[in-house]
Amino acid sequence: MKALLRSAAAAAALAAALIAAPAMAATTAIVGGTVAIGDGSAPIPGGTVVFTDGRVVAAGAGVAVPAGATVIDAQGKWVSAGLVVGLSNLGLADSDGIEESNDGSAAGSPFSAAIDVAPAINPDGVMVGNERAGGVTRAIVAPGNRKSIFQGQGAVISLARNGPSVTRPRAFQYVELGEGGADAAGGSRPAAYVALHEALAEAQDYRRSPASFGGREKDSLLKRPDAQALLAVLDGKEPLLVHVERASDIRSVLALKAQYPQIRLVLVGASEGWMVAREIAAAHVPVIAAALADLPEAFERVAATESNVGRMAQAGVTPAISLVDASAPAVERNIKQYAGNLVAITRVPGSTGLGWGQAFAAITSGPAQALGLDGEIGSLRPGRHADVVVWDGDPLELASAPVAVFIDGQPQPMTSRQTELRDRYMTPTEGSLPKAYDR
Amino acid sequence: MACTAAAPPAKSASSSPPPGKALGYNHDPFPSTYHAYPGVPTLVTNVTVYDGEGGRIDHGAVLFADGKVVQVAQSIAAPAGATVIDGTGKWVTPGVIDVHSHLGDYPSPGISALSDGNEATAPVTAEVWAEHSVWPQDPGFSRALTNGGVTTLQILPGSANLFGGRSVVLKNVYARTVQGMKFPGAPYGLKMACGENPKRVYGSKGREPSTRMGNIAVDRETWAKAVEYKRKWDKYEKDGGDPPSRDIAMDTLAGVLGGEILVHNHCYRADEMANVIDMSKEFGYHVTAFHHAVEAYKIADLLKANDICAAVWADWYGFKMESYDGIPENLALLQKNGNCAMIHSDDQNGIQRLNQEVAKAQAAGRRAGIVIPDEVAWEWLSYNPARALGIADRTGSLKPGKMADVVLWNGNPLSVYSRPEKVWIDGAMLYDANNPKLRPVSDFELGQPGSGDVK
Repeated sequence: MKALLRSAAAAAALAAALIAAPAMAATTAIVGGTVAIGDGSAPIPGGTVVFTDGRVVAAGAGVAVPAGATVIDAQGKWVSAGLVVGLSNLGLADSDGIEESNDGSAAGSPFSAAIDVAPAINPDGVMVGNERAGGVTRAIVAPGNRKSIFQGQGAVISLARNGPSVTRPRAFQYVELGEGGADAAGGSRPAAYVALHEALAEAQDYRRSPASFGGREKDSLLKRPDAQALLAVLDGKEPLLVHVERASDIRSVLALKAQYPQIRLVLVGASEGWMVAREIAAAHVPVIAAALADLPEAFERVAATESNVGRMAQAGVTPAISLVDASAPAVERNIKQYAGNLVAITRVPGSTGLGWGQAFAAITSGPAQALGLDGEIGSLRPGRHADVVVWDGDPLELASAPVAVFIDGQPQPMTSRQTELRDRYMTPTEGSLPKAYDR
Repeated sequence: MACTAAAPPAKSASSSPPPGKALGYNHDPFPSTYHAYPGVPTLVTNVTVYDGEGGRIDHGAVLFADGKVVQVAQSIAAPAGATVIDGTGKWVTPGVIDVHSHLGDYPSPGISALSDGNEATAPVTAEVWAEHSVWPQDPGFSRALTNGGVTTLQILPGSANLFGGRSVVLKNVYARTVQGMKFPGAPYGLKMACGENPKRVYGSKGREPSTRMGNIAVDRETWAKAVEYKRKWDKYEKDGGDPPSRDIAMDTLAGVLGGEILVHNHCYRADEMANVIDMSKEFGYHVTAFHHAVEAYKIADLLKANDICAAVWADWYGFKMESYDGIPENLALLQKNGNCAMIHSDDQNGIQRLNQEVAKAQAAGRRAGIVIPDEVAWEWLSYNPARALGIADRTGSLKPGKMADVVLWNGNPLSVYSRPEKVWIDGAMLYDANNPKLRPVSDFELGQPGSGDVK
């Protein structure tokens, strides 16, 4: 069986045909496209991607097409790992601004570190479908909490139409330090650090003697489930993502490693990371950085520059970029535009950017690696989940868009509520019936 | 294209004599002191030119001198003494114009001490002028210039209020005072807002408006007062006698009713825009442009019939209920229908990449079967916003005699891989990627970590 991907319509038809028979454990080979593996390597012209049973078998040049495989011709197109975006509330809110639908933050909850987003993920939300059609296959979903520096436990989710929607529940604990943490802790950075250290100490108390640990009193600093959740952090079972921006704050966070060597620290934001890049690299702490934040939008970001990510990469930090500190509303698929800009600045004298492969890795395997999940997702290396996107051109280019998306090897719908609205209003005038009959 | 009535003949806000009639008050009490900086006659050759009005020349040339565009042609002989720049592999366009910015009134750093964009103390604050909030040292101006090629921008008050106040149009040139940035002779705008913001802000204070019907009710009551105020001043202008009492808010609304001030109306939803259009007819004013017109594509015909421009984002959607129906084909569908359409930022980061936003919108259109050439798409970035600001006779395209607001891009500006290489405003080179000295550093950044860095 050989299918030709000549257009978006053909791809949609193909996807529909394959969705009709999802149970087949067929092997698929996508041939002839420029392959972007997502591991930092340069794109490979005329490459092949093979996947079966939901996992990647092989990708690159000179890969043989197994007998009996469904072959998809991607000549003139690009084939890449799916985008891994974050930090996001995809699946956790129908819309940021529709409070009734938004499970991203719980300002009234007595709990903090224990909050776990996984059971709340809704894979049927409109935005999940829109962003999936834009090439996003996995998302790092983080909770928020305005009352505590501990935001709770985030998840890595799949955007697959028919699930499973949660790839890794309790994938990390998210902590807010810097100006935001100061605010949550009562008004100052010193207060935030006391809150952090005392909470970790109380978690250890809880471990030593759960029976004598309080945590049910109205004014207890740490509830029992919060203490339980922090044990996973102390044991290095869950990475601790810490959002900080200022160089001095980054140093203070890195110092945590001395006291708690088992904590798997990850920095988020780090707009001034370039000023302490060698220290971050020496501590082997991953960074999920804002890509393009170049304004002193806060006093903790006075030295922000678009060269931040490139400079950290040059110092030895594996680059990963996120939607944090992007002031525009989250349109997750635009992460590829951010990565493209980091390539663009390699041509601006004095700026430091990323090479193409490195930039693409910063939105695929980079974030996965920061969370310790790069063995599972984020690239087309053998054994990874078969999250594969076929693009009509260079995925980092503004004009490019997916023509086919596979998650766990399953073809995904390329229509969305956005495309349906577009089609309904292709001509704005009404016909013989109101628009409500046009579907 | 249907923007003509949307951009009435610009009345001067600073030339002499000031607008307003003989007996009236001074309509321009904070006049522009902006002046063009010195430039040299400059010829860019072998370059791809988008002229901003849909024209394109491959391997063409652009000549400007004395602050004005002199000629755009396939080939131009270098005048004696002109600086000649070989633009091989590069592009020249008019400077980008952002019709919707809060640089200066919501500057960086975004701290409460500098939060000056919303006079959110009453739903009608037509008396406030954005220029009295603009901090001319906002570091955002430099990023918009060097990363985005932005040469002109309109600073608006925020959208908490139904009548937010007056806008100001600026040349993107640092000055010690806001007067030193004001675009000479640009008409003022009136910022209005419909929808969720006013009802949320005042509803949460337990006062009108707390609903959309409250929004329109307060709007109509206010316009009714404005009509009466204008009638008194018109009578005084005609018959003399004792002048009526000044009402600073009503000055602005009367200016709208008289066609001197342009209405820029924040409005997302199709049905709400239709309500506003009917209201404007009731009171005899014209909406120049709906901003954030996320649902403009649903009523492209209505907007066109009423000569109203739509200023939109490329792909922002879903961040609140009234943006839930946003689609990336909005701009392309408006263009297909023959509307006056444009990109806008409303954002200190987005303003640095408006060219990229246009590229995304153009690409979304192409995938829907609406093919818009690059040179036509550039109208969304310069000419159409200039029309909506009432300054298209002076800037927004590379036509002889217009201000030499020019960007040289190091590649196709609709590619993610391209950046401005040089930017001229009124013929003065104010940014050169190759010359660190031609990179502005605002007072705020001077002497702080990262000062003077490539940003």
